[in-house]
Amino acid sequence: MEALIALSVGLLTASGLYLLLRGRTFPVVLGITLLSYAVNLFLFVMGRLSIGVPAILEPNRADYADPLPQALVLTAIVIGFGMTAFVVVLALRARADLGNDHVDGREP
Amino acid sequence: MTDLGNHVVIAPILVPLLTGTLLVLLRGSATPLRRTISMLGIQLLLAASLWLLLQVANGDLLVYQLGSWAAPYGIVLVADRLSAAMVMVTAVLALFAMMHAIQGSDRRGRQYHLLFQFLLMGLNGAFLTGDLFNLFVFFEILLIASYGMLLHGGGAARSKAGLHYVVVNLVGSSLFLFAVGTLYGVLGTLNMADLAVRVAALAPEDVGLVRAAALLLFLVFALKAALVPLHLWLPGAYSAAGPASVALFAIMTKVGGYSILRVYSLIFGVEAGMLANLVEPWLLVLGLLTIVVGTIGVLASRNLALLVAHLVVISSGSILTAFGLGSQAALSAGLYYSFQSALVTAALFMLTENVARTRGAFTDQLRAGPMLPAANLLGGLFLVLALAVAGVPPLSGFIGKVLIIQASFDSPAMAWIMAILLSTSLLTLMALARAGSTLFFKTDTNAGAATLPDAANLVPVAAVAGISLLYVVLASPIYSYTEAAAAQLLSPVDYIEAVLDGETPAGGETLIGGEAISLQSEPPSPGRHD
Repeated sequence: MEALIALSVGLLTASGLYLLLRGRTFPVVLGITLLSYAVNLFLFVMGRLSIGVPAILEPNRADYADPLPQALVLTAIVIGFGMTAFVVVLALRARADLGNDHVDGREP
Repeated sequence: MTDLGNHVVIAPILVPLLTGTLLVLLRGSATPLRRTISMLGIQLLLAASLWLLLQVANGDLLVYQLGSWAAPYGIVLVADRLSAAMVMVTAVLALFAMMHAIQGSDRRGRQYHLLFQFLLMGLNGAFLTGDLFNLFVFFEILLIASYGMLLHGGGAARSKAGLHYVVVNLVGSSLFLFAVGTLYGVLGTLNMADLAVRVAALAPEDVGLVRAAALLLFLVFALKAALVPLHLWLPGAYSAAGPASVALFAIMTKVGGYSILRVYSLIFGVEAGMLANLVEPWLLVLGLLTIVVGTIGVLASRNLALLVAHLVVISSGSILTAFGLGSQAALSAGLYYSFQSALVTAALFMLTENVARTRGAFTDQLRAGPMLPAANLLGGLFLVLALAVAGVPPLSGFIGKVLIIQASFDSPAMAWIMAILLSTSLLTLMALARAGSTLFFKTDTNAGAATLPDAANLVPVAAVAGISLLYVVLASPIYSYTEAAAAQLLSPVDYIEAVLDGETPAGGETLIGGEAISLQSEPPSPGRHD
């Protein structure tokens, strides 16, 4: 399971970085999205992987899932979602203002 | 936490938050009403910042536990001499930036005032927080507001610069989260004081991982502080941003510098064991390189806004060079320099807009234009600010640079620091003299007529120029304050004790380690970050 998640984070980051370096705004937006997915997954597993253990105090329990990374991920998802929406609108605005969708504002 | 006076720590965050919220509710109301509320909010913030500054000036550390959750489980706000001074400078800068904006440039977009307030909230939060994830959240608040302010006024150039700025900062935020996640995964805490305790007692097999996370974090802060080679976003973004916004942006690179100073003096500072003084060698070299690259930019700039944006890069480099030296005198010199450079570069941005407006179609391009009817006034202000920023006696930049050079006397890099600081000062002065003579003396008879500058519009610029003079007169008390702030930074034990409040017994290394292990096995309290 650890290996699978580590591979997913790596794959998402690599794809995100590749797309970020593209010349058009749409792949760049997708790249940012993939990178934020990688971050969310990464933050989530920082509380260690555990199955079937509670996050809330219960009597007679010794093992718990760490709830903090889940709260961090929630914050990161909200911020990431807001930023993606913003950057989509900004990319559309730049497309309208500059007449093309190249990140430098002119066709190469 | 029953005494009302204790709540002063959160006031610099709450005042802009509430003012901003009020402005959201009054979105459709008349411009004068929104301006009045915004201005009142800033004046209230100024009063709160001054109160906070007076409370911490004697060396007290004020710790504010949000929701009374004890550290390290809850989020704490911490005010020490450094953070109170940063909050104070931000408030002063905000006052002048707002005085400038209400002359008319705030009307180019509908949401200007509320973005301004939320930017202030993010800045103050970043200066006051004692929690690494909370620092990320406040960074995001100030960035989101700054995206809006950068685009204020619209236009193709701003859309393009804005897109670059937003994408660069989003990648920075992702890296920040990777670093924070790694630190949490290894150390099990995000409270900065608690992190410092655990880094000091780090097991040898974890050192590599924590070092990687710490350097990743440095990358993020260096991006915000515009350190070479991560400065490339700054000139484009700052020169494209509208004059109403960019005056406040002058403090934003200082947030990066502040975060570097805070994190790498507290968590990875002198007492961090195997990771002590992690970034100082990097800082010194990169800081000096930043000064050189910024100077090349100043010499190559074809318009005044771009030139001033490169001056921001130079000042950032100078500050981080001083921080890289690491001694108390150097940190103090860096702080002294940083406060004045924020004000002076903001004033230069505001002056740029005034010059551009009077020159009509020639805007702020550095070529001969129409004869300016008030060239003496505009040129005089430019002269004062240019001398202050280039570091010519008797103005504030000079004392800052002298202090940095003085602090480098016992450093092996002294020759490099002196050579680079002095030669770049000369080159900056030449570039500014050339820009000034082109703008104010050279006239093109075919260029048409220039309009008179609005006197009210020059008031904030003149006021900041006056403060720059005052800053020299009051150099001694200000320097003794920054010296005390530097001393406080170099003894992180006091900070840790104040935050962890008796949970960590003073002095005993083994006890600190034992405490860290026993804390790690307990489940953290729920309801922390949501």
